[in-house]
Amino acid sequence: MKKMIVSVTFLSMCVLGFSQGGTQTIPSVDLKTMDGKTINSSTFSNNGKPMVINFWATWCKPCVLELSNMAEIYDTWAKETGVKVIAISIDDTRSMARVAPFVNGKAWEYEVYIDPNSDFKRAMNVPNVPHTFLIDGSGKIVWQHTSYADGDENELYEMIKKLAKGESIK
Amino acid sequence: MVKPFLLFLGFMMLQQAVQAQFDIAGGSITGNFKLEAQTYQEDSMIGAEKVAEKMRSNSYMNLKYSNGNFTAGIRFEGYLKTMLGYDQGYDGFGLANRFASYSGELFEVTAGNFYEQFGNGLILRTYEDKDLGYDNSLDGARVKIKPINGVVITGIIGQQRLYWEKGEGIVRGVDGEFSLNELIPGLDSSENRFILGGSFVSKFQADEDPLYILPENVGAGAGRLNFSRDGFILNTEFAYKGQDPSADNNKIYKPGSALLMNTNYSQSGLGIMVQYKWVDNMGFRSERGAQLNNLNINYLPAITRNHAYAFAAMYPYATQIDGEAGFQTEIFYKFKKETLLGGKYGTQVTFNYARVHDIQRKALDSLTVIGQDGTDGYKTNFLSMSDSLLNQDINIEITKKLSDNWKVILTYQHLDFNQAALQGHGGMVNTNTVIADISWRIKPKHTLRIESQVLFTDKADFAIDSLHSVKIKQDYGNWAMLVLEYSVSPHWFFALSDQFNFVSIDDEIAKNTFKYVHNGDDFHRNHYYTVAMGYSKGASRIQMSYGKQREGILCVGGVCRNVPAAYGFNVSISSTF
Repeated sequence: MKKMIVSVTFLSMCVLGFSQGGTQTIPSVDLKTMDGKTINSSTFSNNGKPMVINFWATWCKPCVLELSNMAEIYDTWAKETGVKVIAISIDDTRSMARVAPFVNGKAWEYEVYIDPNSDFKRAMNVPNVPHTFLIDGSGKIVWQHTSYADGDENELYEMIKKLAKGESIK
Repeated sequence: MVKPFLLFLGFMMLQQAVQAQFDIAGGSITGNFKLEAQTYQEDSMIGAEKVAEKMRSNSYMNLKYSNGNFTAGIRFEGYLKTMLGYDQGYDGFGLANRFASYSGELFEVTAGNFYEQFGNGLILRTYEDKDLGYDNSLDGARVKIKPINGVVITGIIGQQRLYWEKGEGIVRGVDGEFSLNELIPGLDSSENRFILGGSFVSKFQADEDPLYILPENVGAGAGRLNFSRDGFILNTEFAYKGQDPSADNNKIYKPGSALLMNTNYSQSGLGIMVQYKWVDNMGFRSERGAQLNNLNINYLPAITRNHAYAFAAMYPYATQIDGEAGFQTEIFYKFKKETLLGGKYGTQVTFNYARVHDIQRKALDSLTVIGQDGTDGYKTNFLSMSDSLLNQDINIEITKKLSDNWKVILTYQHLDFNQAALQGHGGMVNTNTVIADISWRIKPKHTLRIESQVLFTDKADFAIDSLHSVKIKQDYGNWAMLVLEYSVSPHWFFALSDQFNFVSIDDEIAKNTFKYVHNGDDFHRNHYYTVAMGYSKGASRIQMSYGKQREGILCVGGVCRNVPAAYGFNVSISSTF
């Protein structure tokens, strides 16, 4: 245990020691559209405006709460900042057939893709859902957040507004 | 309390590091890690045991280097020692996964450990799930070719991970997927969308059996079709497997097959899903003798709802790879705002029904018992269904926003669970469960969530002798639960919860019989309390809890593991960088 604490602390110091490049971009992974077509994540874009990539699953209560809460204000967000939300469902073969009726049944307006074997989740280093990434206009990952508590969407929106104005969010 | 403090210190430093993706030769290194530790105290009432090490820990760290089209990654895993409830074969610390891959315009090549799924996974799916301690990655090579738009061909070869070793068998496979609308001129603008796919997988393991001549190469094939039009989607796949005598099927020579059909229709505010599945003798592993969750080559999804609430998931259904026939349907409907049932904010209703039976098996002849090793085992007709009910789940969920600050989710579930057939003990368990999940936003950023659940099992006759029987509660009887969760966005989270087992006892005879059925324990009025807190910032999170964990089965995506009763302190830290 002690060893682990030491190595974790050491690693975090190493990480701190490196220059903060912020160069991580979206990796190229094949996903499925809700009707089964293959689409590559490298094609994600929003014409130079900010983008949110949210990992969720139909069986994950906090994920559904987050996307439901965001759905209520998504119109306003899009109008004010041009932001686009892409929801990546990690439902596998067991529940992926639920995704389309689930999303449409709730009348969500996000772009939704399915990651049935969690390939994209692994490539983006997501340990658990929900997990949210904020991407700037040039395709760089500039901020991320794990888990969800009621009201977290306000923190996210503050960041989106800054990005839309061209400010740095650091 | 020193350990949690040190962990917290480490965590505070780490969350500083979030987004510190750094450059090496123009590329970048990213990754994540999670560390979980649990102490174990004894509690004879709930069956919790202590361990000689006092505490145990599971951890992992992924590191990935990417530069242009090139990616390489490693994963360290540590189980010192493996936490109770996970497969103890993982004990140890080391490099569990490493790979390098290159993706060009035409193809993508991976060497080392990789995860792959052909179609719905009926004949090939390698994946990992840390919550289950599941990892059946292939170690070998994969090539993915995209010669023209609409065509993807994948070829794989490798051996599967078995704890810190590799399984004996060699797995080889090829899959092709063809999007007809992109391939056939004139179809590109059609509203009918077709995708066809086919795959073949074969495994090799030498035959060293003293008694039987076993096939050393076992092949499996699958074909699939995906059709969609105007909100309607049909996805179907049929799989067939050659002779594969194994520990799964008691060494019978009967070939296996499976059919999966998913259809759904949806439009704004309405969604309907229907699933059908039939499975016969489809266990497929890269070693004949492998058991538990080891060395599975394929994945057969359970088509029942993956419940999120504890009591709705108390009796989880897992696919019976030896044989099952079942269906599931689910309807999602949103009553619009400003209607009678919709009210001011709209009302969301979800109805779900699933039923699974065993398949029909007939003896080969009058001299051979069903499932006799060394024979074809039994006869069955394609899509046959027996009268033996394995699982029936009816549930309805209503989500309603009452005001700007109040929200409620109500759930009712009726479950018929054939515990004798599925878990090898008890009989039929019939439960009725009611759940109320209420959120109250006290002020901006501050929310209190109150979750109350209650589960009742039916009473069943238990024969005391040939003349007398007594009615006693099925399995462990009734349960109640209360969770209070207070969150302060965006960082803090506090929770208190208690699960409580209660059995309504009619008289002394019933009480003593219940005690007898449970080997002397009456499991009566046991409390399972937990206190927990969490702190998250950006992509890092720390969570601590103290309390008692009920013995049960944890399932993710239809794959399950047993969780033993536990009592103690748990801490987990995770971060993505």
